[in-house]
Amino acid sequence: MQEERKDAAVVAAVLSGDREAYGELVRRHSRTIFALAFRVTGNETDAEEVVQEAWMKAYRSLSRFEQRSNFGTWLYRITMNCALDRIERRKQGRTVAIAEEPDPEQNEVQLVSDAPDAERVMFSGQVGERIQKTMETLTRTERAAFVMRHMEGKSIEEIAAALGLKTGSAKNSIFRAVQKMRHALEPMMATR
Amino acid sequence: MNHLSEEELTMHAYGDAENGARVAEHLAECAACAAEFARLEKVMAMMQRPVPERGEEYGEAVWRQVRAQLPDDEYPRRFWSLAEWLMTRRMVAAGAVAAVVLVAFLIGRYTGEKFPPQNPMTAQVKERIVLVAVGKHLDRSQMVLVELMHSEPEKNGKVNLAEEQEQARDLVDANRLYKQSAARMGDANVTGVLDDLERVLVEVANGPTEMNQAELARLQQEIQSQGILLKVRVLGAKVKQESKRPAANKKPQGRT
Repeated sequence: MQEERKDAAVVAAVLSGDREAYGELVRRHSRTIFALAFRVTGNETDAEEVVQEAWMKAYRSLSRFEQRSNFGTWLYRITMNCALDRIERRKQGRTVAIAEEPDPEQNEVQLVSDAPDAERVMFSGQVGERIQKTMETLTRTERAAFVMRHMEGKSIEEIAAALGLKTGSAKNSIFRAVQKMRHALEPMMATR
Repeated sequence: MNHLSEEELTMHAYGDAENGARVAEHLAECAACAAEFARLEKVMAMMQRPVPERGEEYGEAVWRQVRAQLPDDEYPRRFWSLAEWLMTRRMVAAGAVAAVVLVAFLIGRYTGEKFPPQNPMTAQVKERIVLVAVGKHLDRSQMVLVELMHSEPEKNGKVNLAEEQEQARDLVDANRLYKQSAARMGDANVTGVLDDLERVLVEVANGPTEMNQAELARLQQEIQSQGILLKVRVLGAKVKQESKRPAANKKPQGRT
């Protein structure tokens, strides 16, 4: 509560022309939104770019931020959208590449090399890669709901509010995401 | 026996099942569902991805990068608004103190007529003290306003308002107290004057210590356009007059 009052006061200072005050918000929330960005995008490079993009977008929209609401929640939504957009762009970029080179092997190579190999290996190896690929097959809502529930531990109510869904729809999105993930990961579990 | 659906098991794993007790009961009795649930939990555990560590200094590094990209003119510099100041923690503390003093002020100033105290002199003295205090407050505010109106930039084009700023800070809390009590008593005229005064005091108190010519001109224009100086002067004179009037001649208070 105290921190939120502080956030709101800092936002007001920025809107008054104190550009440096924005640094307080950036220093305070960057680690949190980096974690979210990483969970959605699955690699550090994208996550870093999402963090910067989110801060820039938040700055430009700051006058529309309602002081009564929670700055962290507001920023969280912006970050989530930036991360989801990035995945969409990544998928679109890949579609073009596949279309240009229809060789199935090339296709496979491109899918794997979509994110830096070193990072993928560093995080979770084969499982991480499978998770990442499956994440990209999820719809935007499924992906957001799944990340928020499974990885960020948000409640169904928080997820529904953030994504503008009814609680039943939020649950359904989570379930569909888990189901797809399960189908992708279960064979790996069997071979262990 | 109907087995649990995959969706029920998934929601139960998250603790989100609507019928959690029934699901738990079923799992305790049904070996097939319990095995399925264990398998699901195992695969769900695989879905977690560790997030790379970012140290304490990460925020600073991000800020350096973001700062370089921020547009210069998105939010032009202006004086702090009252709303902004109200959000500071200082305001919370000041509000608590003001509330306590306000009660004392109201008891002393407004309830004396209806409920004569056992010692009438005490009530009169108390009321006079309050009026004198308000008068002094308005005097001091007037002086700050006059100083601001007559301030001129130095050779370097800047004017240092450190002294006025310090005085304004001192005056803001008391001003708010008097304004609240006037508002409670429904005295719109006094409330309005104190509200205008408060806005200027807050701007000065929280604004830059050094102002350039344009900033100073803007502040002076604000004071002038609202006639704040004159209003404060008139109100101050009324309060002084009231505080000097003999107790027996006093009219009931509450409106000016």
